[in-house]
Amino acid sequence: MEPVLFLIYALAACGGALAVVLSQNVVRMAFWLVISLGSLAGLFFLLGAEFLGAAQLLIYVGGTVVLLIFGVMLTASGPYLTIKSSPGDYLMAATVGILLLGTLAYGVLRVDWQANQDVIAGQSYFDGERDNAGTYRTVEEGATAQSVGSALLGTRFDRDLNTNRTDKGSTGYLLPFEIVSVHLLVVLVGAAYLARAKRRVRQNPVE
Amino acid sequence: MDVKLSAYLAVAAVLFTCGIVCMATKRNAIGVLMGVELVLNGANLNFVAFSRYGNLGIDGQVAALFVIVLAAAEAAVALAIALNFYNNHLTIDIDRGDELHG
Repeated sequence: MEPVLFLIYALAACGGALAVVLSQNVVRMAFWLVISLGSLAGLFFLLGAEFLGAAQLLIYVGGTVVLLIFGVMLTASGPYLTIKSSPGDYLMAATVGILLLGTLAYGVLRVDWQANQDVIAGQSYFDGERDNAGTYRTVEEGATAQSVGSALLGTRFDRDLNTNRTDKGSTGYLLPFEIVSVHLLVVLVGAAYLARAKRRVRQNPVE
Repeated sequence: MDVKLSAYLAVAAVLFTCGIVCMATKRNAIGVLMGVELVLNGANLNFVAFSRYGNLGIDGQVAALFVIVLAAAEAAVALAIALNFYNNHLTIDIDRGDELHG
């Protein structure tokens, strides 16, 4: 079942991304972006990150892309809906893209990940003693929302409860969480300030 | 038969390359933004894949979560800038924004 689902989602994600590049109309590009990001959420679910997949669907597909579509609606007027680059630019971009993809794919596929499984999975705490794991299940079992939530609050039950470490606990993500939330607030206030409707000052006031 | 790690990494590479090419070829500012989103999502897929197959555990997923939040913030600001650009230039063609050209 998993390979079939992976094939479907991976083809949809790659095809959507290719269609974003190849289509000329901005509205169609937004549609293909929804397809690509949505199937990427499916890949996240397949990888056992169910909270992240839900966040991807809610924030990206439901928020960011809608924001982009608002931008398209507010700026697309007549000839600017489809602007084309010169053919030379396309040729250059295609060359660079194929070279980049070749490099990346060569690098990814060349490494024998199976042989290096020990290195990748190193001192994995999944393999440690799991008798006292209790309700805090690990990534492999696919229930990660609880662990992600507690990690964002600064405690790592997923890491500390599954091993018999007795020293001080692992660090969580409380400080980055606070920083990123304040950052989000500042950015949204700034965006509202930047995009506000300006009252046009009259150049030649009536005497 | 299980899906290998390299399959996910290959999908992420395709997304990344499509985003780069999209950023390079589009002349519409919104199109460039979509390219940025594709690049960020390719990186996110790498994070989550290594979180599943490596020993990153939750860490990779939390990093991907932060990337999603920062991408939302980036999209909001970039959209505000694009709207301002449109108000000032009456076009969304980024090749017209060359006032600082020496």
